Amino acid sequence: MIRNDVFKTLIPVISEHLVVCNIGAPSQELHALDDRASNFYMLGTMGLSSSIGLGLAAAQDKPVIAIDGDGSVLTNLGTLATIGNNPQGNFTLLIIDNGSYGSTGDQPTYAGMKTDLAAVAKACGAETVQTVSAEDTAEAVKAAIASDQTTIIVSKCESGNVKVPVIKTNPIVIRERFMEEVRR
Amino acid sequence: MATTMDHQIVEDLKAAGIDYITSVPCKQLAGVIEVLEGTSEIMHMPSNKEDEGMGLCAGAFMGGMKPAIVMQNTALGVVVNTLATLIQFYQIPLPMLISYRGEVGEPVACQVEMALHTKAILNQLHIPTYHFHKPEDAAELPGILEYAQMASKPVAILCDASFWRASA
Repeated sequence: MIRNDVFKTLIPVISEHLVVCNIGAPSQELHALDDRASNFYMLGTMGLSSSIGLGLAAAQDKPVIAIDGDGSVLTNLGTLATIGNNPQGNFTLLIIDNGSYGSTGDQPTYAGMKTDLAAVAKACGAETVQTVSAEDTAEAVKAAIASDQTTIIVSKCESGNVKVPVIKTNPIVIRERFMEEVRR
Repeated sequence: MATTMDHQIVEDLKAAGIDYITSVPCKQLAGVIEVLEGTSEIMHMPSNKEDEGMGLCAGAFMGGMKPAIVMQNTALGVVVNTLATLIQFYQIPLPMLISYRGEVGEPVACQVEMALHTKAILNQLHIPTYHFHKPEDAAELPGILEYAQMASKPVAILCDASFWRASA
């Protein structure tokens, strides 16, 4: 299973919740599969999906799922320490770990080599950290949303993207409709 | 040890409705951060790097809070992309309380290098910039904080060594 296949299984689990989605292919694939006002597409700033998600979770009570990638977490590794030290029960971080920089040509990441992001997350003090297969990801996310603990899920899937259009929605529209969902 | 000015700055932030602050420390900001730690009305969530901190602020804003960031001017070298493609692209109001290292009174030569670029970077990004040089300049803080919300923009408040020394 590649990222897009994981997303297909994930949509019934996350579509009613606030989702912050990573730059590039992940946002484009989610947008193509299931565009919703409750999705915040982060169109720039590689690495900050988990940070935006944590800030959002701290500011309000609704469940928040931040979808990130292994390469993106590596670019903002300090985020795991911030999450570990500021646990928010309504926060789930899903790291799609395909061992590659998917949006830029599938170059290998260190997470696909010797670096174990789940072990890093644990060492950073994160409460609940799970490594799951692509097939088990949706079930794990469902349980994480239902739980009252910060959960970091590392989903091991295959490298690869599907051809989908770029997101042309105005950023203020993305932000405004998302904030309406937050207030709803 | 926090000064009257440090307390006044935090009072102004509170009065402006700022209820979420992330910070990366600087010697000049130690007093403000100390006061923040004891201020229950403001959620203080330190970050490891300022671009991460701006991500936290963007999330807190979308969650209904009024965020601000406390940081050193050298970090403007870190956050250019984040300011342009997150804070400005999505029009997020963000007061940035910035210690302005490398100005007159600076003991560390290396700090001068980023001081030389500080206002140029802010100008290049079209970020409204205010420079506190004397303690009385801080009287403008409430207005600046209101302005950031009105404009939905990042706003820089540079506080130099002379300001901090005269405020001690």
